[in-house]
Amino acid sequence: MDRFERQYILPGFGHAAQKKLCEAKVLVVGAGGLGCPSLLYLAAAGIGTIGIVDGDKVSLSNLNRQVLFGQRDIGKNKAETASKIILQKYDDIKVIPFPIFLRTDNIIDIIKDYDLVLDGSDNFPTRYLINDACLILGKPLIFGAIYQTEGQVAIFNKEGQKSVNYRDIYPTPPTAQEVPNCNETGVLGVLPGLIGTLMATETIKLISGYGETLSGKMLFYNLIDHSTYKIELSKNPESDLQRPQSVADLHKMDYHDFCGISAQLDWDTIPELLEQNLETVLIDVREEYEEPKLEEYPYTRIELSQLDNAHESLYKFTNILIFCQSGIRSQQAAKALQEKFPDKNIKSIAGGILSLTIRN
Amino acid sequence: MKVLAFGKIAEIVGNQEIEIDNLPNTEVLLGYLRQQYPQLQNMKFTLAVNKKQVSGNTEIPRGAEVALLPPFSGG
Repeated sequence: MDRFERQYILPGFGHAAQKKLCEAKVLVVGAGGLGCPSLLYLAAAGIGTIGIVDGDKVSLSNLNRQVLFGQRDIGKNKAETASKIILQKYDDIKVIPFPIFLRTDNIIDIIKDYDLVLDGSDNFPTRYLINDACLILGKPLIFGAIYQTEGQVAIFNKEGQKSVNYRDIYPTPPTAQEVPNCNETGVLGVLPGLIGTLMATETIKLISGYGETLSGKMLFYNLIDHSTYKIELSKNPESDLQRPQSVADLHKMDYHDFCGISAQLDWDTIPELLEQNLETVLIDVREEYEEPKLEEYPYTRIELSQLDNAHESLYKFTNILIFCQSGIRSQQAAKALQEKFPDKNIKSIAGGILSLTIRN
Repeated sequence: MKVLAFGKIAEIVGNQEIEIDNLPNTEVLLGYLRQQYPQLQNMKFTLAVNKKQVSGNTEIPRGAEVALLPPFSGG
């Protein structure tokens, strides 16, 4: 007997299906609310090789739903920590951590060695990037996402480009303001637990051939009353023309820009953004001694070197506007924050405070 | 006909399910909904007619069930 006995004695599953799981290579993107339960069950089911991609660190507010981690893991990288925890449990599978965020210039090299990808990311730029890369490489994609009390699960690209993909359903991404993620709106930890477990279920079924998968379908689930709604998806010929067709095309894509998140703006647009809502914050990333101070608008001061420690205080904002003396450090800060918060509207103010004083 | 709303759209519509008079196609339905709920004008979502997702203007059979399905990004 081995640790998979209860699986292969299941009628219709058997040794052949278990062997497929043991030989499979699955890449899990995001060791967060969806990734944690998925990883636990994929490892328990005996998926032979599991890759885990996450450049983020565990924070206190993650712990209600990211069930691989505990208080002692705060501040540690999620991919590395998840990988260690799984390898402590089982010595018969391979687990490979990638402690980085996916970008157009690294995704192909990472995905190419895996049979399929499970998308447990938490933002639209990454979701479109994963979809497009999976299409180019012909990798099936297990998709899952949540909003407040609801979740959606689907399998894309099962038979390459003949199959439905994310762009067939949503050819145009929503803007950052349109759909807040659960860092901003709150979520019961069990919701990503349920949806992540559904994603692991679909992964196991797809690899083993057991049961009927959600390929070409999307399942909606609502925790409030356990209602489900399953729809049949269809190809959208126009959306196929809009996606990058090759690795070279993918490298040229700017997914933040595609999702309406661009990097820089001028002081002219600041008053409007600040007036619009309370979801905007203006940050000075200069050192305390630097002059001149900004007098025109309310702002928060977070020195560039302290930015990593200030993430928790920034979750609640949709628009994060950053300035420094001349616009160089603010660009670095914007880039770093955009990696941490891919679907927030994060902008560096071109020319820094000097461009404002010159104008005055 | 029955209209089902999901995610943020259910918040805007104020209900997960509404009954409206039959409308001939999805373009007319979208026009009606955007007029009734102006916040929907800036929302991106897909439609399913009788549980089949559609793109482009599509005929709605009498008494059909149309679902308004926004993308979720959380994880």
